[in-house]
Parts: sequence; C-alpha cells; structure tokens
Amino acid sequence: MALDFSQILPTLPSLIDGMTLTLKLLVMAVAGGVGLGTLLALARLSSNNMLAFAAKFYVNYFRSIPLLLVISWFYLAVPILLYWITGNLTPVGAFTSCLVAFVMFEAAYFSEIVRAGIQAIPKGQLNAAYALGMTYSQAMRLVILPQAFRKMTPLLLQQSIILFQDTSLVYAVGLMDFLNTARSKGDIVGLPHEFLLFAGAVYFVISFSASQVVKRLQKRLAV
Amino acid sequence: MNYHWDWGVFFKSTGVGSEIYLNWFVTGLGWTIAVALAGWIIALALGSVLGVMRTLPGKALPAIASAYVELFRNVPLLVQLFVWYFLVPDLLPTPLEMWYKQGLSPMQSQFLAVVICLGLFTAARVCEQVRTGIEALPRGQRNAALAMGFSTGQTYRHVLLPQAFRIIIPPLTSEFLNIFKNSSVASLIGLMELLAQTRQTAEFSANFFEAFTMATVIYFVLNMSLMTFMGWVEKRLRIPGMMGGSK
Repeated sequence: MALDFSQILPTLPSLIDGMTLTLKLLVMAVAGGVGLGTLLALARLSSNNMLAFAAKFYVNYFRSIPLLLVISWFYLAVPILLYWITGNLTPVGAFTSCLVAFVMFEAAYFSEIVRAGIQAIPKGQLNAAYALGMTYSQAMRLVILPQAFRKMTPLLLQQSIILFQDTSLVYAVGLMDFLNTARSKGDIVGLPHEFLLFAGAVYFVISFSASQVVKRLQKRLAV
Repeated sequence: MNYHWDWGVFFKSTGVGSEIYLNWFVTGLGWTIAVALAGWIIALALGSVLGVMRTLPGKALPAIASAYVELFRNVPLLVQLFVWYFLVPDLLPTPLEMWYKQGLSPMQSQFLAVVICLGLFTAARVCEQVRTGIEALPRGQRNAALAMGFSTGQTYRHVLLPQAFRIIIPPLTSEFLNIFKNSSVASLIGLMELLAQTRQTAEFSANFFEAFTMATVIYFVLNMSLMTFMGWVEKRLRIPGMMGGSK
C-alpha cells in the first residue's frame, strides 16, 4: 500500500480550524477544571463534614465512570437541564455540552492534585497566617494556594496533556475537533489512512514535546 | 421539551426480539468485561517484558522499551483504535486481510481490534509501573543475587520481580480499573459494549436520564468491586517486614 501525503497540504486551513477548536476546548476545560477542582479540594479539606463528604463523593463518582460516558450523557442532558433551570429553550451546541462535560469530569482529577499540593504545605504556614490575623480565606488565597500551585504546576500540566489527548473523544458527538476534521477530510479526499497517520503524528509531536518541557520543569522545581 | 420519567423502562420490551432493555445492559456489561480482561492479559504480559527491558544493562533494549512507551503514551487512544481497526487490516498480507475482513463476523473483528489496541496502550503504562517497582528495590538485592552466582534471568525471576510486582499492586490496580473505563471507546467503532448499549437504549426509549444513570451505577459498582478485590489481593501478597506489611 503506497501512502500519498500530498493531499494534506490543500486541506491545511480546515485542519488548522480543527486544531483551533481542540486547543480552545483544552484551554477552557483546563481553566474551568482547575477552578472547580480547587473548590472541590478546599471542600474536601474543610472541617465541615457534610461538605467534605460531598466533595469526596463527587470525586469518586467521576473517577469511576468513563469520560466518554460523561460526554455522551451531557450531550443529551445539558440542553434539557438548561431548559429546566432557565425555563426557556436555548440552543446549546455540542461544544458547550462537551465543555461542561470536560470541566466537571476533569475537576475530579485536578482536585486530587490540588489536594495533594495543599497537604504538602507545612502546617506552620497556616498557623503563621492566622497569627498575623488573616481569616481562613485570606490565608488560603494569599499564603497556602500560591505555594501549593507552584509545587503542583508540573502535575497539573501533565494532567492537561492527558486532557489534550482526551479531547479527541468529542468525536462521539460529532464535534469537528482536529481528529474529526482529519477523519472527515481523509474520507472526502479518499485517503483516510494518510490523514489518520498525519493526525496521530501531530498529536504525538505536541504531546511528546509538551511532556519533555514538563519533565524539565519538574527537574528545575525539584527541591 | 417535556421529559417523561419512567424508571420502569428497563423492564420494557425493546421491540427487538423478546428482549427487555435490561438484557441489553447485561450483554453490554459482558462485552465490557471481556474486552477489558482480554486487553489486560496482553497489557500485563507485554508491559512486564517492556518494564524489565527498561531496567536491563546495556543501551539497545532499554531504548526500544522507552521508545515504545513514548509512542503509545503520546498518541490519543481513539487514534490508536482507528489505526488498529481501519488501517492495520489494509497493511496485512492478503490471506490475513481476507480472514480479518471476511472470515470474521463484524463483532469478532471489532473485538480483536479493541483488545489489541487496549492491550498495547495499557502495556505502556504497565511498563512504567513495573520499571518503577524494580527501581524502587534496594540495589543490594540485585547485587546480592549476582554475587550468589545468579544469572541475570534468575536474578529477575527469583529476586527482583517477585518483590517488584508486590510493591506495584496499588498503581497496577488503577491501571486495571482504567482499562475497564477505556474499553468504552469500543463503542465508537460499533462494538456493543456497555456504553454503546446505553446509547442505544437512550435512542430507542427516549429515557436517556434513566439509561445513563443505570450505566453510571453499573460502572460505579464494577469499579468498587474491582477495587475491593484488588485490596484483598494486595493484603494477601504484602511483603512481610515492609512498611505496608506491618498492619
């Protein structure tokens, strides 16, 4: 079987559009996931038992089901949920429902990283902050979290690389991300194998270089 | 946009043969377990070999294993699945290709592709765990074995691997759980495992909240039972005298 990669060049604009969508989804999902994950971690570490239990349940729940299930489910559920909440019909695209699915799912994984990061900060830091008259939220915001995030950066980035690869699962709901664009272009041109290999190579190059950068960062941040 | 709740939906007829929707979930769960276990056997066998290769002296073998790990870890699972299902059959020698495309039923060929894909994908992760386990052992273990006149093969078989595998049971457990969750990608090439059956139920009955709730509960229970089982295995195999063994 001879491979013919010459047809990839003319379709480059749409492939770039696909990659833009992939990266947009990635950045928004990481931002949302880390935000929600941090709240979950704080809830899990709080002295309020109910709150801690709820957060623990949330994390265990999302960690025991496949991401693909969440994506498929939310694709159907988000429009109806929004209708119940707001009372009027708002057209929700596949992108929004996928983003909600990713944020909620990844928050469970990010929260475990953040929790470990917070727990790695010596208790004296919190006591010192209290001694200076800070409230709990001030101590967290100004003292604990900035230190924790610095320590967690490599792990958060590693999780984001996994998330970058997992965004390809939006194929299930027909969103035109990079992989799906490459697949459909390949089918149109009649060269599905070449386009699939090209897509795989692009994912590989991006993930591999990103993980090399993370490795270097990890070494530099290591104590 | 009115949603009709009906938790009795699972006992209703699907309209296909005499099956009720619950039958679909049972069949789906069966496929999920079959795919995950078959993939896990490949992953454990290949991953152990690769993990050992990464810790061997010399340059070539560790480099091959590490290239394998980088390749399979940095390409999305779905891309790998498409490669195994759509691309690889076309590259096979003609008799094998004919066998795969015409000799096998669609379900068999999907099953084969998914099992190979999940097995090789997970092997890269198992390899890293095995390597970590071997490297976590005190250097003296290897040296003592060599000093006693063990060959490299004997050192691994009798000294390093029996200890390393017991250390890495917890991280291996999470890979074991992952392969069950990852097997859901099989639904994207049409294998009727749990997620595919769920989607089909959602489409046929329009009771998608109930269908997905059921799937979630099944995955959750499956996960919890596997975790309990592995916890039991870990306890039984704990190395006496180690930190974990003092309980």
